Amino acid sequence: MSPSLDVSDLIRERLFPFPQRHLTSVTDLDPPDVLALLDLADAFVDLSRRTTKKLDLLKGRTLLNLFFENSTRTQSSFELAGKRLGADVVNMSPRTSSVTKGETLIDTAVTLNSMKPDLLVLRHSASGAPDLLAQKVGCSVINAGDGWHEHPTQALLDLLTLRRAFGDVSSLTVAICGDVMHSRVARSNVALLSMMGSRVRLVGPPTLMPADADRWGAEVFHDMREGIAGVDVVMMLRLQLERMDGAFVPSTREYFRFYGLDAEKLALAAPGAKVMHPGPMNRGVEIDSGVADDLGVSLIQDQVEMGVAIRMAVLASLAARLETA
Amino acid sequence: MARTQPIAFVNARVLDPESRYDGPGCVVAKDGAIADVRRSPSMEGSADLRVIDCNGAVLAPGLIDLRVKSGEPGAEHKETLASVAKAAAAGGVTAIVLQPDTAPPVDEPAMVDFVLRRGRDIETINIHVAGAATRGLSGEHMAEIGLMDEAGAIYFTDADRPIVNSKVMRRVLEYAGAFNALVSHRPADPFLSEGAVATEGELAARLGLPSAPAIAERIMLERDLALVELTGARFLVDQISTAGALDSLRRARDKGLEVAASCSINHLSFNEVDVGDYRTFYRLDPPLRPESDRQALIEAIAEGLIDAVVSAHAPSPAGEKRRPFSEAAPGAVGLETLFPALLNLHHDAGVPLIDLIRAVTLGPAQLLGLPGGRIASGAPADLVLVDIDAPIQVIADRLNSKSKNSPFDGRRLQGEVLLTMVDGRIVHQAPQ
Repeated sequence: MSPSLDVSDLIRERLFPFPQRHLTSVTDLDPPDVLALLDLADAFVDLSRRTTKKLDLLKGRTLLNLFFENSTRTQSSFELAGKRLGADVVNMSPRTSSVTKGETLIDTAVTLNSMKPDLLVLRHSASGAPDLLAQKVGCSVINAGDGWHEHPTQALLDLLTLRRAFGDVSSLTVAICGDVMHSRVARSNVALLSMMGSRVRLVGPPTLMPADADRWGAEVFHDMREGIAGVDVVMMLRLQLERMDGAFVPSTREYFRFYGLDAEKLALAAPGAKVMHPGPMNRGVEIDSGVADDLGVSLIQDQVEMGVAIRMAVLASLAARLETA
Repeated sequence: MARTQPIAFVNARVLDPESRYDGPGCVVAKDGAIADVRRSPSMEGSADLRVIDCNGAVLAPGLIDLRVKSGEPGAEHKETLASVAKAAAAGGVTAIVLQPDTAPPVDEPAMVDFVLRRGRDIETINIHVAGAATRGLSGEHMAEIGLMDEAGAIYFTDADRPIVNSKVMRRVLEYAGAFNALVSHRPADPFLSEGAVATEGELAARLGLPSAPAIAERIMLERDLALVELTGARFLVDQISTAGALDSLRRARDKGLEVAASCSINHLSFNEVDVGDYRTFYRLDPPLRPESDRQALIEAIAEGLIDAVVSAHAPSPAGEKRRPFSEAAPGAVGLETLFPALLNLHHDAGVPLIDLIRAVTLGPAQLLGLPGGRIASGAPADLVLVDIDAPIQVIADRLNSKSKNSPFDGRRLQGEVLLTMVDGRIVHQAPQ
């Protein structure tokens, strides 16, 4: 960045109207859109590293965080992104409010729609909930994770992290390891990484691998040592506690033995390989603390920082579309 | 029965699945029964006859639908007996069998009596009811099968709920055998199917929907077939939907086991791809299957492996459907679209018309021991007149059902029901 060009000018220069009204799936995007979003996010990373982190691109706009599932990390990331762009941010966790009284998602949506938000961020336990909501509200809907289906901003932040670490992502081989079956992060990443030319492997026990996963264009491995041999990136997935203890895997210690990432298994990956995890981590279950905390290999902290930047890029770009509409 | 003027249908294309006659004909309905059938386009008139010129339209026995839910008693906001009867009449369906999973359930003779009385009072179509196989549909204790049989329950089933306990299932089959009663069971392994809303495969995995493998159906069916072999009971496989289960059924038939099977019009008309972007009107139970299964079902009809095609009419108000896919109520209304959708299997898939008609008339009639399902002197005057080529568009809001959850909404089909007759009375006539 040239010293004469201020970061806020750079952002304005790179800002583009989002190609869709909503972001519910990474398949809403084409490769050029993805690259434009990453470029914009890069500028937001610079902005966020300054003392004054605010830019009033979303001034007067209302951002509603609607989280039916608890997620401190994703919710605060969206909240911070919205606030840094000058939006009014409202957080709602209907789990504890009227939804438990039998109010449906649609009822909630209609109510919220009357509050005239511009951007609505939704986290829901049912796959497809954001698509349903998008049909019923007048604002832009951003999927912050729906069931086992998609988590598009997570895949975008992972891609941003990888591009900043490696430069070109199209030459990378990425192994996504663990509970693929129940993972929206895995689904969004397989789709996005494949779209951008990376080679993707899926690694996990057969009980946690969805049917016909090999038809996703990824190679499937049940032996982790084989699966991560020679890869550039090992992306670990969180194993939900309720899925251990004989349900999908016999025990946490057995899981860690065969599918947990430790230094010994990581040594099989390509030299300079990096480790990622969408968080929150189960240390000693899917990942060893020694690996997670080794800043030489772990990109986990970068992922969190990139999360705010990519969400700023998505929000700013969706708002830019609202301006043109 | 009130005396009505005798009616002569002339210039019809008469389709009788019993004699497999498909040709020109005239039919006279008098005093609730078919009085005369002629295999010629015209007949001599008489002063007291009302003559209906069919202009070559198909005249078939009225449809008999083995598997229908209303909301009465307990959920009248979904559907009442009056509205379900109206929907049936509009669809050319002259007899329905209501499912016992109401609130309270039909699991004792007084409830059978209540539903049958209410049905008779409506005086539109013939309303039958199936009794619960187990008390409270709990799958634990046998219901009063004998007393309900006496009260008029036409078969026994726990509807959508599988009877998990093999010992209970065995006893139900054995005991029902003493009354020569028919037992119907939907095959689904409860553990493999737990929480599932889709068929396991690439599509469900991509959509992130909880799914069950297709073999969940076959596994339970194999158990049921073994128990039928042991007990010799009369058995109906409810809504068979996978090619694997059809193979099991075929093997059992080849062994000489007398097992009947039904399948739903939805599984003959749609496949899993129709779910698309989480369209909840396609959330069904059993879930929609891959296209290869649908093709296998269509072939099974022509082969004679399927005895009855059902609408699987299951009304759900909008509020229960406008939810995320996995939280939406399963099922679809189907009484009014059953016939046109079935005719589309003739138009599009080339299934012989007589085989299709048989699966909604004579097939179920024989299974239930009903006198209808045929066009012959002395048979009940339950008839449907249909223009099999007329193009229609299904518009859910115009359906007679109280609930409008039709997966056919917006679809263009061929086949319009022109007139429905029950007991010699015209209960539905299409607007001219």
